[in-house]
Amino acid sequence: MYETKYHKASSVSEAVSLMGAADDGKLLSGGQTLLPTMKAHLAAPSDLVDVSGIAEMNGISVNDDIVTIGAATTHAEVAGNAALQKACAGVADLAANIGDPAVRHLGTIGGSIANNDPAADYPAALLALGATIKTNAREITADDFFVGLFETALNDDEVIVSISFEAPAKACYAKFPNPASRYALAGVFAALTTAGARVAVAGAGDDGVYRHADMEAALDGNWSADAILGVSVGADGMLSDMHGDAAYRANLVKVMAGRAVAGC
Amino acid sequence: MTEVSMTVNGKPVKADVPDNTLLVQFIRENLRLTGTHVGCDTSQCGACVVHLNGKAVKSCATLAVAANGADVTTIEGLANGEMHPMQTAFKENHGLQCGFCTPGMIMTATDMVARYDANGKELTEAAIREELEGNICRCTGYHNIVKAIADGASKMASS
Ligand code: FES
Ligand code: FES
Repeated sequence: MYETKYHKASSVSEAVSLMGAADDGKLLSGGQTLLPTMKAHLAAPSDLVDVSGIAEMNGISVNDDIVTIGAATTHAEVAGNAALQKACAGVADLAANIGDPAVRHLGTIGGSIANNDPAADYPAALLALGATIKTNAREITADDFFVGLFETALNDDEVIVSISFEAPAKACYAKFPNPASRYALAGVFAALTTAGARVAVAGAGDDGVYRHADMEAALDGNWSADAILGVSVGADGMLSDMHGDAAYRANLVKVMAGRAVAGC
Repeated sequence: MTEVSMTVNGKPVKADVPDNTLLVQFIRENLRLTGTHVGCDTSQCGACVVHLNGKAVKSCATLAVAANGADVTTIEGLANGEMHPMQTAFKENHGLQCGFCTPGMIMTATDMVARYDANGKELTEAAIREELEGNICRCTGYHNIVKAIADGASKMASS
């Protein structure tokens, strides 16, 4: 790993000013993606601003059906939170299957969505739930937040503070993990929200996480795995690589969508 | 350089380290506790697992400076005059061959037993296999590791 300067921020405003003062700063939360990336010399930030200890970025609350998850909340905390299990078990179960136990003890929801890896799980959940991402500067809807592969609407030095969404009537995630890396070859989060059925796909699209309009239309008013059977999922726009070609991924998307809907 | 201080295996330690020092480097090179291993460069093998404030983490994917003030337990901190029940279980069940993965396996195992205990959940064979997702062994084929962890869990419960 190249040299870097480490700073521990104790508040969101301190993190923002540390980032502003840095040449080429990066926010560090659990570090489960960033540190391996730095070890591989694929990133070399001049400064690391650790946000993991900031109180207002930690914890989970459920108030009047509104779930709020602090950006620095770990996957293990999300997976094990009793109030969240009740309000939206789909998200807790998703978190319980990210990486491995040691990674879940450090990796955070904010880090995952800020990185927006196309094979990450959380972006699909947030998009399907119509979540709102709150930063130090503004609120961004998930529809606007996820822009493309590893790309988000975040500005330089913008810090995600929390994520919130309305508890859905139903929500479930199904993924087909790559047998070696365990990252999603295709993952589908299906949710029945007050705005209707919403379906988001991770791991498969060549432009990152996306919503599947035809599946959403099919599920509106007919929430069943059978409704998915009638939807055709084309290979256009699917990732194609050594792990699976576009047609295979298209098929997986449909199968995972069926499993997600059947699962809740 | 930043001064870090933490408690490792119950003893306070302190050192000046470059900010890019990994926790595993600090443990192995500064503290000379070489029971914690490095088996990969990609956070996949789990040979480096230690407990950070009571939770299993990969010390190759954690900065030493970020562990400032923390309480760390390594494989060397488990035995207390005699072997920890999980270590005994690995020995009795032939849960290791070359032993390279073993420190990480045992730190992962004691963490999973503690978590399942705290949540009142049963640590079934299937659960043990799931929980070993982040630990790779190139020798044993895992069956005896799984047996050792189940045995270690019951030894821990009765000790
Ligand atoms: S050395 Fe840490 S996971 Fe392999
Ligand atoms: S015993 Fe040799 S790697 Fe596990």
